[in-house]
Amino acid sequence: MATDTLHHGAVAEPHEHHDAAGTKVFGFWVYLMSDLVIFGSLFATYAVLMKGTAGGPTAADIFELPFVLVETFLLLVSSFTFGMGVLAMNANRINQVKAWLAVTFLLGAAFVGMEVYEFQHLIHQGYGPDRSAFLSSFFTLVGTHGLHVTFGLIWILVMLVQLSTKGLNDMTRPRILCLSLFWHFLDIVWICVFSFVYLMGVL
Amino acid sequence: MSHPSSGAANAHGSVKSYVTGLVLSLILTIIPFAVVMSGALSVLTTVIVVAVTAVLQILVQLVMFMHMNTKADEGWNLMSFVFTLTILVLVVGGSLWIMQHLHLNMMIG
Repeated sequence: MATDTLHHGAVAEPHEHHDAAGTKVFGFWVYLMSDLVIFGSLFATYAVLMKGTAGGPTAADIFELPFVLVETFLLLVSSFTFGMGVLAMNANRINQVKAWLAVTFLLGAAFVGMEVYEFQHLIHQGYGPDRSAFLSSFFTLVGTHGLHVTFGLIWILVMLVQLSTKGLNDMTRPRILCLSLFWHFLDIVWICVFSFVYLMGVL
Repeated sequence: MSHPSSGAANAHGSVKSYVTGLVLSLILTIIPFAVVMSGALSVLTTVIVVAVTAVLQILVQLVMFMHMNTKADEGWNLMSFVFTLTILVLVVGGSLWIMQHLHLNMMIG
């Protein structure tokens, strides 16, 4: 507790605000758990439908592992850079927070860019979500994850604006903590995607 | 920095814990990709390696990046996670179980 009081420095009634912030972050954690159930049902759908290729391409035909490995590294490093941003926030270094958030944004944007390229490439070859049950469930699962990352990118931009206009205070700090949980959560979902969809798909 | 407190324990962590998490995650990513891309092991062994490294990496990130522990919020974030895992086992395991039996009994596809 002593260190928290130090971190919140000049803020009046630090304990009251601290508890409210903790409740907000915990509430967001509960939302993430419900999001996890959504991804769980999409993984179950994919697992059930993955053999339903309807004469179209199989997973082994269309997945390119080196491409997926680069995507994985981008998302993993972005999770790390966001962690550095949270540490900078704890140390009250607002410019460092902005810099780490900007780096995270670029890595995340590169990830989304690669995914859009992969989807566009598949659709161009005639392997769109309408081709087979396997491709429908694949596009739904990976697309839902990509959509989450896209919303995370928008949230990062909003936080960069709020950090510039409002600075680090009791309103922006819990928001950055929630966003950090959201971002780490998406990396964890991606671990399941590359392991159970891409790696096991090409076996 | 290292004192876990009752409220926003998610605010805590250190450069060391994040770097450890990153290095472990990189290793646990490279191992399954290397095993699958080289094709050195049998299919069953490969599936086991991929599944085990995935679970390990998820645990590493939950602890090192998301700071999930038994102390924050009186353990409620861990409890809600365990509850969600139960639901996931029911949804994913149950779906696969039922659809597998349906497939075998109906001989579709």
